[in-house]
Amino acid sequence: MAYSFPEEVLEYVFAFLSSHKDRNAVSLVCKSWYEIERWCRRRIFIGNCYAVSPQIVIRRFPEVRAVKIKGKPHFADFNLVPEGWGAYVYPWISAMVRSYPWLEEIKLKRMVVTDESLELLSKSFKNFKVLVLSSCEGFTTDGLASIAANCRNLRELDLRECEVEDLSGHWLSHFPDNFTSLVSLNMSCLGSEVSFSALERLVSRCPNLRTLRLNRAVPVEKLPNLLRRAPQLVEFGTGAYSAENQTDIFSNLVEAFSGCKHLKSLSGFWDVDPAYLPAMYYACTGITSLNLSNATVQSPDLVELIIQCPNLKCLWVLDYIEDAGLKALPSYCKDLQELRVFPSDPYGAEPNVSLTEQGLVTVSAGCPKLQSVLYFCRQMSNAALITIARNRPNLIRFRLCIIDPQAPDYLTLEPLDTGFGAIVEHCKELLRLSMSGLLTDRVFEYIGTHAKKLEMLSIAFAGDSDLGLHNVLSGCESLRKLEIMDCPFGDKALLANAAKLETMRSLWMSSCSVRRCPSSNVEVMDERGHPDSRPETCPVEKLYIYRTVAGPRVDKPNFVWTMDEDAVLRLS
Amino acid sequence: MSPPLLDVEGGGRGNAPLMSSSASGDCISQSGSGLKECNFLGLSDCSSVDSSAVSNVCGENKNNLNFKATELRLGLPGSRSPERDSDFSLLSSGKLDEKQLFPLLPSKDGICSLMQKSIVSGNKRGFSDTMDGFSEIKSSVFTEGKWMFNANGSDSGTPQSVVEAKLAGNAGINVILTNNSSGAQPSMKKEVPTRAPKEGQNKMNGSNNNSSAPAAKAQVVGWPPIRSFRKNTLATTSKNNEEVDGKPGPGALFIKVSMDGAPYLRKVDLRMYSTYQELSSALEKMFMCFTIRKCGSQETPDREMLGENKFKDLLHGSDYVLTFEDKDGDWMLVGDVPWGMFIESCKRLKIMKGSDAIGLAPRTMEKSKNQN
Repeated sequence: MAYSFPEEVLEYVFAFLSSHKDRNAVSLVCKSWYEIERWCRRRIFIGNCYAVSPQIVIRRFPEVRAVKIKGKPHFADFNLVPEGWGAYVYPWISAMVRSYPWLEEIKLKRMVVTDESLELLSKSFKNFKVLVLSSCEGFTTDGLASIAANCRNLRELDLRECEVEDLSGHWLSHFPDNFTSLVSLNMSCLGSEVSFSALERLVSRCPNLRTLRLNRAVPVEKLPNLLRRAPQLVEFGTGAYSAENQTDIFSNLVEAFSGCKHLKSLSGFWDVDPAYLPAMYYACTGITSLNLSNATVQSPDLVELIIQCPNLKCLWVLDYIEDAGLKALPSYCKDLQELRVFPSDPYGAEPNVSLTEQGLVTVSAGCPKLQSVLYFCRQMSNAALITIARNRPNLIRFRLCIIDPQAPDYLTLEPLDTGFGAIVEHCKELLRLSMSGLLTDRVFEYIGTHAKKLEMLSIAFAGDSDLGLHNVLSGCESLRKLEIMDCPFGDKALLANAAKLETMRSLWMSSCSVRRCPSSNVEVMDERGHPDSRPETCPVEKLYIYRTVAGPRVDKPNFVWTMDEDAVLRLS
Repeated sequence: MSPPLLDVEGGGRGNAPLMSSSASGDCISQSGSGLKECNFLGLSDCSSVDSSAVSNVCGENKNNLNFKATELRLGLPGSRSPERDSDFSLLSSGKLDEKQLFPLLPSKDGICSLMQKSIVSGNKRGFSDTMDGFSEIKSSVFTEGKWMFNANGSDSGTPQSVVEAKLAGNAGINVILTNNSSGAQPSMKKEVPTRAPKEGQNKMNGSNNNSSAPAAKAQVVGWPPIRSFRKNTLATTSKNNEEVDGKPGPGALFIKVSMDGAPYLRKVDLRMYSTYQELSSALEKMFMCFTIRKCGSQETPDREMLGENKFKDLLHGSDYVLTFEDKDGDWMLVGDVPWGMFIESCKRLKIMKGSDAIGLAPRTMEKSKNQN
């Protein structure tokens, strides 16, 4: 080329690219674009902290301002990953402290974060603004105190469902008196009571506060004080939502809520006294997101609240809502996009509520924008699934958990293969699927044939043979994450599809029949000892395969083994 | 080589190799590409098997073990028809055409319609029906070249692994399907949980999962897929709501258990147990790599009633004691208080060496000594 765009122009253009995929594509065009892009990339997403090392990241992207890292596999949420497995953030933070002094954002998911890490980051990044920890663990409220005390420009402190060792609520009082930049505070997963006056003062002096999610320890009578000081709130999470009967609490709440004209999201609602729910009605017209998954109240009370929200897009609720309550959604909440129904009594032998597949069918029929579903129930039929699939071909996420493993179609006693088959056949844009119930190899045929856009698949107690797994691995072109528990899949399909595994982020298999690993590149978790110490017929407990350029882990605990090349040779 | 992209979707420089424990980086990319096309088992080229050969085999081996090994058989759990055993011997003789075992390839609607015939319709299927279904499929759908397995599989390990994979599946799944018609579904369902025993145990139950799990679910780790914090929230909420009928509150109560010298923590759901003994056995299983000596089982009737004392006896002779941290942060010996009180106040458990625990609640230790 005789001439080309000046670098500055390209940089300017690249700045408009926010999607990681676009940025990656750009960097592949030619060497000079690669160079320009890597110098101007400000946001990094690392889907698996072991796929790459901090050093490699820093070497390639020297000017990063925001980092998002994910650690443990998803099944760690259900206690399937033993403690001590890994996903420590400290090496990342210590590397970034040296190389990214101007780092502003850290978002972590399923990682182990220590107080040491929090203290280090709070003291090293002078312009630190956003800390979002989802499903993380390993730190105490002392770590939070460091953040509060040292991050002078902090905007967001968002603790989502973390396991925090709660030493005291005193951490909140560490925000200095001249600290006013807070925009978002989510402490809902903490147990200890914070100093309420400190909280009030904090809320008062932060005019930009738009998200405040309290923890259970904040009693309902204190809510009006906070709401009055922050009428600009957009997202609000209550604490325990009940009190001794005092009439003025109710009227105070009504007054306070009606002052909040911008509320879009409500959550919290532990220990709900239904009598206090109507206090919120004035604030409900703008509500688009309602998280009632802690609210153990009966269907009529739930429905009364939900129907006050005509603009509702996202509803999380317990199965107390029952089929009858779900029937109300199409009439009152036509814009519903996401529905999650959680079980109130998952371990009971008998159903405690009248929630069946009918509830979901009704919502699928009447809510045309429904695209994301997580539904726990105790019975399902192929007919219902087929109906749902036909009603809602625009589904993107469909996660169905029938509580009894391998429960068949309750009407015909057949496997639910055709039902899930209909889901993947009709919902052509399906990105995520979790299945349950009685499923044979047939369902995997359907999935391999139809689920071309599927990126994440979760399977438990399903299938008959390796053919099932083979169909998934060979047919699902977009598959990135596959997690399998308790299925009779062995080595065969893995061996046959080893190349596929390189195109995926990760594969998890636990309690399956894998005896020998498909290649030299996998992690085996086995608390009984090295896999070679047991007879060849004995399957491994857990297998986690992921692609990486970082080489073998240096922080493996003693129950994780990476298989060596000898294992490969022994198979042939 | 330049480092691959961090979040490579849809190809790109898709050579990001899988993690390897070997030192040499070269190995990584080699094995990466090496695995792509070749027969992984290192045996001869799979293209040597063509469709005519296979359909031949189809015809000849219509009654072959291959189909038997793959079909869903009828029969009560644990029983096997005599034919099956002879099938297995055929298998190990190496005549196995593995391609036959996986005859189906995706993206053919024909498959689905063909398979419709053999879908369990709720009636018992005769053996010949099954055979017809499979042989039709094999002859019409087979294509070559995609499969990594060689027709001349002579690896003695391989047929066995196939069989085992089938067994593990069939013994559980088969049971369910055969009862489609008999309507004995409810009783069969209860056996299902044994197919997926608690973590840490061997999963190859094969044909001996007749031992039925009780109807109250034998809890499988990780199922149902609910986060711990949700379970705990439900547990404490229900406690506050005071169940009228006296039923124990739903939800679980997960607390961490650590053991001196053990590298990892565990979580247990205290609501799973109703006595100290149950808890003790469960913990023993969990930490079984460490020795916890069992006491003899001479129990006097009145002793048995006092679950707490029995528990103390169990640990009395061992090197380890079980302690817990209560709501006030104090560490106490487990077994002092009634079970109900214990689970309300227990925040975490620790299995300590007996010598470390001497300072704890000495009165209790003495008490148990006196009762011996």
